[in-house]
Amino acid sequence: MITYITRRLVLALVTCWAISVISFIIIQLPPGDFVNSYIANLSASGSMVSAAEADAMREQYGLNRPIWVQYGKWMGRVLQGDFGMSMEWGRPVLEVIGDRLWLTIVISIAAIILTWGIALPIGIYSAVRQYSIADYIFTLIGFIGLAVPNFLLALIIMYLGFKYFGANIGGLFSPEYDLAPWSWDKVWDLMSHLPLPAFILALAGTAQLIRIMRANLLDELRRPYVTTARARGLQEWRVIMKYPVRAALNPFASTIGYLLPFVVSGSIVVSLVLSLPTVGPLLLRALVAQDMFLAGAIVLLLGVLTVIGTFLSDLMLMWIDPRIRAGMHG
Amino acid sequence: MAEPILSVRRLCTWFHQDEGIVRAVDGASFDLEPGHTLGIVGESGCGKSVTARSILRIVERPGRVESGEILLRRPDGSVVDLVKLDGQGREMREVRGGEIGYVFQEPMSSLSSFHTIGNQLIEAIRLHSDMSKKAARDRAVELLTLVGIPRPAQRVDSYSFELSGGLRQRVMIALALAAEPRILIADEPTTALDVTTQAQILDLLRKLQAEQGLAVILITHDMGVIAEMADDVVVMYLGRDVEQGPVETIFHDPAHPYTRSLLQSIPSVLAEPRSRLRTIEGSIPHPYARPAGCPFHPRCADAIAGRCDRSLPEPTHLGARHAVSCFLYGGSGVPALPAGLLERAE
Ligand SMILES: Nc1ncnc2c1ncn2[C@@H]1O[C@H](COP(=O)(O)OP(=O)(O)OP(=O)(O)O)[C@@H](O)[C@H]1O
Ligand SMILES: [Mg+2]
Repeated sequence: MITYITRRLVLALVTCWAISVISFIIIQLPPGDFVNSYIANLSASGSMVSAAEADAMREQYGLNRPIWVQYGKWMGRVLQGDFGMSMEWGRPVLEVIGDRLWLTIVISIAAIILTWGIALPIGIYSAVRQYSIADYIFTLIGFIGLAVPNFLLALIIMYLGFKYFGANIGGLFSPEYDLAPWSWDKVWDLMSHLPLPAFILALAGTAQLIRIMRANLLDELRRPYVTTARARGLQEWRVIMKYPVRAALNPFASTIGYLLPFVVSGSIVVSLVLSLPTVGPLLLRALVAQDMFLAGAIVLLLGVLTVIGTFLSDLMLMWIDPRIRAGMHG
Repeated sequence: MAEPILSVRRLCTWFHQDEGIVRAVDGASFDLEPGHTLGIVGESGCGKSVTARSILRIVERPGRVESGEILLRRPDGSVVDLVKLDGQGREMREVRGGEIGYVFQEPMSSLSSFHTIGNQLIEAIRLHSDMSKKAARDRAVELLTLVGIPRPAQRVDSYSFELSGGLRQRVMIALALAAEPRILIADEPTTALDVTTQAQILDLLRKLQAEQGLAVILITHDMGVIAEMADDVVVMYLGRDVEQGPVETIFHDPAHPYTRSLLQSIPSVLAEPRSRLRTIEGSIPHPYARPAGCPFHPRCADAIAGRCDRSLPEPTHLGARHAVSCFLYGGSGVPALPAGLLERAE
């Protein structure tokens, strides 16, 4: 048990380190160093920076030192929660990101829960009633769900909502709560706005998970332990829910790990279309404006969160699979 | 002669596939007497497992019991035809496990690896009784003791993958006996095990049968196991019973050419070392291409041209309990339609 967790933890830490290197490379990508672009930015807005000030800044950020020292200094600051300044916004990166990170997490988790909630029963039904009309219909809808880009779906739903209900269904808050401080009412408002974007984000993943669940379960339904359970005189639906579904859920649980980045990257374009206050649109803007500290910070934070999510799903897998648990005792 | 506890009459179980109909069981009949062991023997694919599943009504789709009767005699003398029951209904579910226990061919994968063996045993016990969880657990430990599992009180909480093949098969037997059925169907219970374990499991089955007065249907393709265990024997070929009788008769006075070649294919300790084992000529026909007439005639050395390839022999009695379906012993036949015509007639 301990070795398994340790191994997963080490793997997670290595991945986080790799993500930090990539984020650092992203920050370094634009020609010239950060102070150059900072000065250029400031002079564009009229204020001047003296050469001495520029040198002091270079010293502070270690820009005239070898690249790995720069990385070390940057990491050191990041670990203290200092992600640097956003050039475009002229404010600390963390402040700019603000609530958006948590809203991204909330919406991603909502999308994943919804994905599971839809995919699980449909996948079970499709497997148990393989080749039934409903199975074919679900398969068809599933393929459409896979093929239609979700931003298109977002546009269609927004259009329909506007045309037939006169409602603007973009955003995550009603206008009166948009800038209001957090309160239970605001949380409630968020909850009521969540289903639609979560649904749109969930759709592509749902189609995929239905296929996975259906295939897993079809495999399991053929196994002898299912027949044994039937031969005991158990009711058919109890046979299916207790044994093969349980077994098919196992590989299914590990899908959280890859669903997370899938949902987060999928959310960028959808967030733009639906004007959701997530980090997606912010990242896009930062990249366009070459606001590298902001872009690097977002990539780093999303990456690390994904690693944490994967780690948690590994722990969950361990918790639900007696074979892994037993293998770890011995 | 006691009244049979289970009678299978002209059972037909077919699989309807896109490519055609597989007649896995096609007119099998036999009787199981109380307290006896009935051996069903035949080559791989002759429909032994499908017959067993038909009795429990757990043939998986696209298979279906097409016709025939499966008569189960209850202690009160009443007789129920299992074919007429709703396969999913309560009465049939009570028969499964409750009156007929089933031990499977594959001990390695016949238990769920996500549930402890205790969990599965307690489920089986409580399905057919209204025992409390606590009492059922005690009973589960008792059952594990009965089937000879060491340290049963600890083993009840282990998972199947923590047990060896032999222990798993013992757990399977415990599961089959959980609700104290009167009939036990053991479908090749030892095929997947090594020789020593095989002997232990057979000993256990014999012991349990004596202690509990079980009637056992033992399915195997091993004539040696039959010789050791069975009171009566049914020889199956391509979904039909071709010969049946008491075990001594089948071994000492086999009538059907197929039974004789089966017996000749047993390796004998007395044979010349490295002498070739007799094998049965030809191979089992493809399930879609059943031969017309007697299904065995293409492989039969004694086939009567113009007779065996034309009509299907009906059982002829050679003794009070010895019957054979073969034209060599006279007997009537039903003219066989070419397979294509039959399909169209349905
Ligand atoms: N699910 C199924 N779909 C289609 N055909 C099947 C199915 N199950 C069994 N059959 C067919 O039924 C026939 C009899 O199979 P069965 O499993 O009863 O053989 P068996 O006598 O038990 O053989 P073995 O000794 O290998 O266990 C075979 O020809 C097989 O192809
Ligand atoms: Mg079999």
